[in-house]
Amino acid sequence: MSEITLKEMSRKPDALICGGRLCAGCDETIVVRQVMKATRGPTIVTSATGCLEVSTSIFPYTSWEVPWMHCAFENVAALASGIEATIKAMHKKKEGPLAKYPTVDVISFAGDGGTYDIGLQALSGAIERGHDFTYVLIDNEAYMNTGIQRSGGTPFGASTTTSPAGKVILGKTETKKPIDEIIIAHGTPYVATINTAWPLDVMKKARKAIEVDGPTFLHSLAPCSRGWRFPPEKTVEIGRLATQTCVFPLFECRQEKGKPVYELSAPSLAIAKRPENKKPIEAYLEQQGRYRHFFRPARKEALLKELQESIDTRWQILCEKAGV
Amino acid sequence: MVAKQKIVGLNGDEASAYATKQVDPDVVAAYPITPQTIIVERFSEYVADGLVGSEFVAVESEHSALSACVGASAAGARAFTATAANGLALMWEILYIAAGLRQPIVMAVANRCLGGPINIHNDHSDAMGARDSGWIQLFCENSQEVYDASVEAWRIAEHADIQMPVMVNFDGFTISHTMENVYILEDADVKKFVGKRIYMKTEGPKGEVEFKLDPDTPISIGPLDLQDFYFEHKVQQMEAMKGSLKAIKAVDKEFEKITGRKLEYVYPYKMDDAEVAVVGLGSAMGTVREVVDELRAEGVKAGMVKMRLFRPFPVEDLKNAIGNVPVLGVMEKAYSIGGPGAPLYEEVKTVLYDLPKRPFVADYINGLGGKDTSPEMIRDVFKSLQRIKERGAVLEPVSYVGVRE
Amino acid sequence: MSERKRGWKTLPKGAVPYKSSKDYQTGDWGVAKPIIDRTRCSKCTLCHFFCPEGAITVRVDGYTEVNYDYCKGCGVCANECPVKCIKMEMKK
Ligand SMILES: Cc1ncc(C[n+]2csc(CCOP(=O)(O)OP(=O)(O)O)c2C)c(N)n1
Ligand code: SF4
Ligand code: SF4
Ligand code: SF4
Ligand SMILES: [Mg+2]
Repeated sequence: MSEITLKEMSRKPDALICGGRLCAGCDETIVVRQVMKATRGPTIVTSATGCLEVSTSIFPYTSWEVPWMHCAFENVAALASGIEATIKAMHKKKEGPLAKYPTVDVISFAGDGGTYDIGLQALSGAIERGHDFTYVLIDNEAYMNTGIQRSGGTPFGASTTTSPAGKVILGKTETKKPIDEIIIAHGTPYVATINTAWPLDVMKKARKAIEVDGPTFLHSLAPCSRGWRFPPEKTVEIGRLATQTCVFPLFECRQEKGKPVYELSAPSLAIAKRPENKKPIEAYLEQQGRYRHFFRPARKEALLKELQESIDTRWQILCEKAGV
Repeated sequence: MVAKQKIVGLNGDEASAYATKQVDPDVVAAYPITPQTIIVERFSEYVADGLVGSEFVAVESEHSALSACVGASAAGARAFTATAANGLALMWEILYIAAGLRQPIVMAVANRCLGGPINIHNDHSDAMGARDSGWIQLFCENSQEVYDASVEAWRIAEHADIQMPVMVNFDGFTISHTMENVYILEDADVKKFVGKRIYMKTEGPKGEVEFKLDPDTPISIGPLDLQDFYFEHKVQQMEAMKGSLKAIKAVDKEFEKITGRKLEYVYPYKMDDAEVAVVGLGSAMGTVREVVDELRAEGVKAGMVKMRLFRPFPVEDLKNAIGNVPVLGVMEKAYSIGGPGAPLYEEVKTVLYDLPKRPFVADYINGLGGKDTSPEMIRDVFKSLQRIKERGAVLEPVSYVGVRE
Repeated sequence: MSERKRGWKTLPKGAVPYKSSKDYQTGDWGVAKPIIDRTRCSKCTLCHFFCPEGAITVRVDGYTEVNYDYCKGCGVCANECPVKCIKMEMKK
C-alpha cells in the first residue's frame, strides 16, 4: 500500500481514465481521480445516475479500470450494501470469487440529487445497517445531468432551471440541507468534507475513510462550470474560494465513545486561527452566473448581508463544535 | 436415483424459506410485507441460529431489497429476496434493471392484490404488473410446488443459456399461510443439485471475462446504452427468454431424477375429449380440478389446463394441452383496466389465433382482493362455457365471477 | 472507424462495455491547448491532480506532460499552476 504523498500518488495509475465525456473542466472527475488515488487495494465502485455515470460509461465504452456498476439514481447505497454483504458472506464461507482478496473496498459516488433527495432513504438505511463502504457525495448543488434543476443541496438564492431568478422570486428560497449533520447524526464513524483544491487533503481523508470499518461519508463540493455559470478554467479556483469564504469549510468528524468529535482541516483551521483571512462571500458569489441577480441590475445589499450572516453563523457553530 | 425425502408440514412461506435455507444463498435482502412476512421471519431465525452462511440484509424498503440483490448478484453472490403486492410495485424500476443486467436473482412473491384501496389478500395483479420486465415467472399450486420451485429456480436462473432472474409466485394466504405436507430433500442433496454458481461469459475491454464484479477482471456493469445498442441488448434478452424454454426443460428433468416429481410447463387434466375447459394459474386450479371431477361424474366433458410457467410463455405446450377443445374459459385473478381483457386471456387468445381451428375463448376474472371463488362459482363458469358451446358464440367475452352488482 | 457495428448475436451479454474509453479521443474538443514551460516548472505535480481528464502524467524525470489526444483544453491546469508556467495557446 502506497503512502499518501503527492509524489507517490502522482505515480499511481488512474482508476478513471481518459476518454470520458463530461464537460471540459468538470470537477466530478477531479474528485473521482483524487479519491481513487487513495484506494488501498482491490476496490469495487458503484455510481448513482448523474453526470459522472452517464459520461464515463457510454456503451460500448467505459472509462473505469476497476470493477464498476451503475444500477439506478436513488439506490447507490443499497447497491453497495449488497456488494458489501457479498464480500462478508464470501469471506465467512471462504468461497466465492471475492473470498480470495483479504480486503475489498466498496466506494459509491453520487450527486447531490442522488444523496440529499431521492437517494437519502437508501443512504440512511445503509448507514444504519453499518455496511463497510465509503460514500462520496459529489455536490454540484443541482441536478446537472438533467439540466440544472434545484435539489435539496442547492443553496439559498442560487438560480437553477426550477428555481430561476425571476422578477419576483430571486432564485432558490430555501436553504441547503445540512447533509453532513444528518449523516453525522446517524453515528457514522467517519465523515469529512473535501475540496479538490487541496488534493493531498482529499487523498488523506479518502484513505482514512476507506480504512475505517463501517460506513464513511466524504462530501465534496464540486463546482460545475455549466450549472454555476463560470468559465471552465475556474473550477478549482471557485472551489477553493468556497472554503476560503467558509461557505464550504473543511473538517473531519470521527465518533469517540458515541460522541462526534469534529476537527477542522488545515485550510479552515488557518482561517479559524486568523479570522482576518476569511474572505467575504462576495468573492465567491460574484464569479458565478447563478448568483448574478445578487449583483445585477442592482446590488442586493440586504440579501448579501443575510447570506453573509448565515454563513458566519454556520461557521461559528462549526468552530465551536471543533473547539476552536 | 430418487434421493431420500421426508414429509414435513409447511405452509407456502415456510416451504420457500426452508428451501432457501437449504440452498444457503450468499445474500438475502428483504423487507416484510403480508403475506410474505413468514419468509423473512423464518430466514432471520435461520441466520440467528447459525443455520445458514447467508448475510441477511434487513433493508429499509423493497426498492433497496432488490437493489441490494442486484449488487450482490453482480458481485458474484447468490441473492434472494421475497415480497408481495406493493413491495413488488415498489421494486418495479429495479425489476427491469435486474433483468436487463442479467442478474440471476431468485425472488419469492406471495401474490397479493395491489392497492388501492389497500387489501392484503390474494390476486395476481402484482405478478402481472411484472410480466414484461424480463423475469422468468413460475406459478405454484401448493406448498409442494413452492418448495420444488424454490430449489429449482436457482438452476434455472443460473443456467448458462438463461442467466435471468426468476420469480416464484404463490398465492398469498391460500398457499403462503396454509399448512400442507411437503416432501423435502436432504440439505446435502439440495446443495448438490444447485451446485456452485455459474457465471455468464461476456466480454470487457480486455477480452472474454466472467460477468461479475471482480478486481482481477474488472468490467463495467450498467452503462449508458443509447439508441445505437439498447434495442440490440433488449433483443438479446428476448431471445434468451425464448431460449430458456428448452433449458428449463432440462433442469426439470434433472429435478425429476432426484425427486421423482415430474415438472411440466402446463398440466392438462382430462383434456383428451374435453368439450369445455378452463385454463389458469395458481392455487385456484386445485378447486377447478375438483369441479372438473364432479362435472365428469355428471357426464359433462369438462377439462382444465394449469399453467406452471407464465414467463417464458409456453406457447407450444399450451397449444398441445388445449388440443381441440371447442370452448375455453380463462380464469384469472388479474385485470387490465381499459384493456380488451385480463393478461392471461389476452395472451392465450394471441397464442390460439393462428390455429386453423381455434376455440371460443372467454375471460372470467375472479378472486380479486382475495374474494373466495367457490366450487359453485366454478361450476357457473363451466355452465357459461357450455352455453357458449350451445350458442356457437361468445356473447360476453369478459365477465366477473362472484361480484355483487 | 470502418469497423462494422456489432449486432445482438455478437454483442457481449449483459450490456458490458467492451471498449476502453481510451479509444474515444476527446483531444479535439478544445479551442486552446496547454503548453508547459519546463524551464520554469517546479515539478510540483499539482497539474496532474487537477486535470479533470487525467491527461497530464508525470514523467520519470518528474516533469509533467500533457496528452493532447484527450486534453479538452479546459485551462484548469494553466489557471492552477503555482508558478504560472502553463500557457493556453489557441489551436490553429
Ligand atoms: C428515478 C429517477 N428519477 C429521475 C431520473 C432522472 N435523473 C437522472 S440524473 C438526475 C439528476 C442527477 O443529479 P445529481 O444527483 O445531483 O447528479 P449530477 O448530474 O448533478 O452529478 C435525474 C433527475 C432518474 N434517472 N431516475
Ligand atoms: S454539467 Fe457540470 S457536473 Fe455535469 S459534466 Fe458538465 S461540468 Fe460536470
Ligand atoms: S487544459 Fe484541462 S484537460 Fe487539458 S491538460 Fe489542462 S487541465 Fe487537463
Ligand atoms: S503545476 Fe506547474 S509547476 Fe507544477 S508540475 Fe504542473 S507545470 Fe510544473
Ligand atoms: Mg448534482
